[in-house]
Amino acid sequence: MAIFLTEQSRVIVQGMTGAEGQKHTSRMLAAGTNIVGGVTPGKGGQSVDFAKRSIPVYGSCADAVKSAGADVSVVFVPPRFTKGAVFEAVDAGIPLVVVITEGVPVHDTAEFFAHAQANGTRIIGPNSPGLISPGRANAGIIPADIAGPGRIGLVSKSGTLTYQMMYELREYGFTTAIGIGGDPIIGTTHIDALQAFQDDPDTDAIVMIGEIGGDAEERAAAFIADHVTKPVFGYVAGFTAPEGKTMGHAGAIVSGSSGTAAAKQEALEAVGVRVGKTPSETAQLMRAVMAVEEVAV
Amino acid sequence: MDLMEYQAKELFARHQVPVTLGRVVEDPADAAAAAEALGGRVVVKAQVKTGGRGKAGGVKLAADPAEATARAEDILGMDIKGHTVRRVLLAPAAQIAEEYYFSFLVDRANRNYLCIASTEGGVEIEEIAHTNPDAIAKVSIDPAIGVDEAKAAEIVAAAGFPAEAADVVQKLWAVFVAEDASLVEVNPLVQLADGSLEALDGKVTLDENAAYRHPDHAAFEDKAAADPLEAAAQEKGLNYVKLDGQVGIIGNGAGLVMSTLDVVAYAGEAHSGVKPANFLDIGGGASAEVMANGLGIILGDAQVKSVFVNVFGGITACDAVSNGIVQALELLGEQANKPLVVRLDGNNVTEGRRILAKANHPLVTVVDTMDGAADRAAELAAQA
Repeated sequence: MAIFLTEQSRVIVQGMTGAEGQKHTSRMLAAGTNIVGGVTPGKGGQSVDFAKRSIPVYGSCADAVKSAGADVSVVFVPPRFTKGAVFEAVDAGIPLVVVITEGVPVHDTAEFFAHAQANGTRIIGPNSPGLISPGRANAGIIPADIAGPGRIGLVSKSGTLTYQMMYELREYGFTTAIGIGGDPIIGTTHIDALQAFQDDPDTDAIVMIGEIGGDAEERAAAFIADHVTKPVFGYVAGFTAPEGKTMGHAGAIVSGSSGTAAAKQEALEAVGVRVGKTPSETAQLMRAVMAVEEVAV
Repeated sequence: MDLMEYQAKELFARHQVPVTLGRVVEDPADAAAAAEALGGRVVVKAQVKTGGRGKAGGVKLAADPAEATARAEDILGMDIKGHTVRRVLLAPAAQIAEEYYFSFLVDRANRNYLCIASTEGGVEIEEIAHTNPDAIAKVSIDPAIGVDEAKAAEIVAAAGFPAEAADVVQKLWAVFVAEDASLVEVNPLVQLADGSLEALDGKVTLDENAAYRHPDHAAFEDKAAADPLEAAAQEKGLNYVKLDGQVGIIGNGAGLVMSTLDVVAYAGEAHSGVKPANFLDIGGGASAEVMANGLGIILGDAQVKSVFVNVFGGITACDAVSNGIVQALELLGEQANKPLVVRLDGNNVTEGRRILAKANHPLVTVVDTMDGAADRAAELAAQA
């Protein structure tokens, strides 16, 4: 099993005919993703040729659902069109929408998240690298060749830290690795992913990567204490970040004494999460525990 | 982007929030005339993007124009929490009956908006939360609906404000939505002696992601206060934050760069306490030009003693990064004069490392792991 995305997922790409959309559709196809179409308003009826397949373009998400049975959409459209694209996907009844776009105004995200929530659609992102269930499907821009399938679940706010951590733990492999995005409002949180990994029988251990800003990691810690019985390993980035400066991600900012990396580490450790000082130390902590568990089995 | 009080009030005025704009002066010599025009008796307020101005001595009452000049002299040039005061706002002294606290903000936890309101205004909200938490009303706002008349009435009732405040609440909501703010705070929102309401202060944070639909917001940028390296980086479209250390950092992806800073800081503990000199995320593209621009900014920082380039090739291919580094060093010529430690992993790493080995540049050291490279960069900085 995997969470949110499997080989059965029928994926469409909103913005497939654009340069980024086309490049990444090609990569997603190469990773085995079942891509059933692209959506570009005004280009319905066309198709785009990839290495092994020609993918039809639909004029709307509703058409893609009706004609191709789409149940996942990956959104690559520019920021100013993102809200409209997500509303369209939600209104078409697509249950999972993965928003890769970076730079979406937070008011737009608040609106499309509220709309998605009211209609039962899960949003991942925005400003997310997407998610990959290695060997099954890839919805987004996470390189498929870093690590293969395995029994670790990974959830992270950051794209490149996801890649780094997958690389550090490539000997184990992953059920699913999910980048939830670094914006102030995101559709899927650490807690949502933790719950899904806890419920997934094929996930044995969970890696959670956080960063400065907000209190999502603290809330995740409280959730872990009450609901997660699988071992959780943590890493938090941004110990050296100065107060009041946005560090790349729109949501990565220490405000006064809140949102610091130290507070997040402390909250996670207090509930038994082993937190590494660096990505490689985090991997090391996991190796130590996994080795003991393998012996026990 | 955080706005200063006088800028926030300009935005308030555009949306008919009751406010007195006052006069902004940068030179004490202009204060007397400004005070005269405002009726003589004024409050002189430091304009800086940080809270606690009053406690720091940055807000003073002046009884007449001569005193306004003296207070402006006191306050201009003052340092408040690391912010130099370059402007003061002169505003007529108001006859205050009641002071309230009011704000709209993005609620990250609940992924909607939150209104916080209290009749105990005039002090920081954190202080009210500590001393009198029951006096704070929190009202959640559904982004799909916003603040309509009914919601405004609900907020006013929950806060214990006079009923006529509902109108001001809706106008502040217009500021929050129409200007793409992630925070609109008024503290204090006052009821004057004549019963009318006025926003006596204002704090606004604008969402930079929404800048494309607000070309007028660019005028709020305080170019003079920006760090010169940060300003230069911004002009080249680089995501750069100046820090106070010796190891220059270039990486791809915000999370990995933040992590790189931390790893360098840990490594520095063993090397006379050297620290990261900056945050610089070159993002997905790592062309020679982007790399040269980034290196140029970092080498322009006199504090920098070594540079650590940390790239995990996801979409970015490591060979492109290596070519970028080699070409950047050529472009920079003699300007490149600090040792560079490079760590590459991921997409096309073998070719990337081969390119750097072949170039065999005397300034470049390639180290295989992130922790090892951080240690080497810290060591080189400590030795310099």
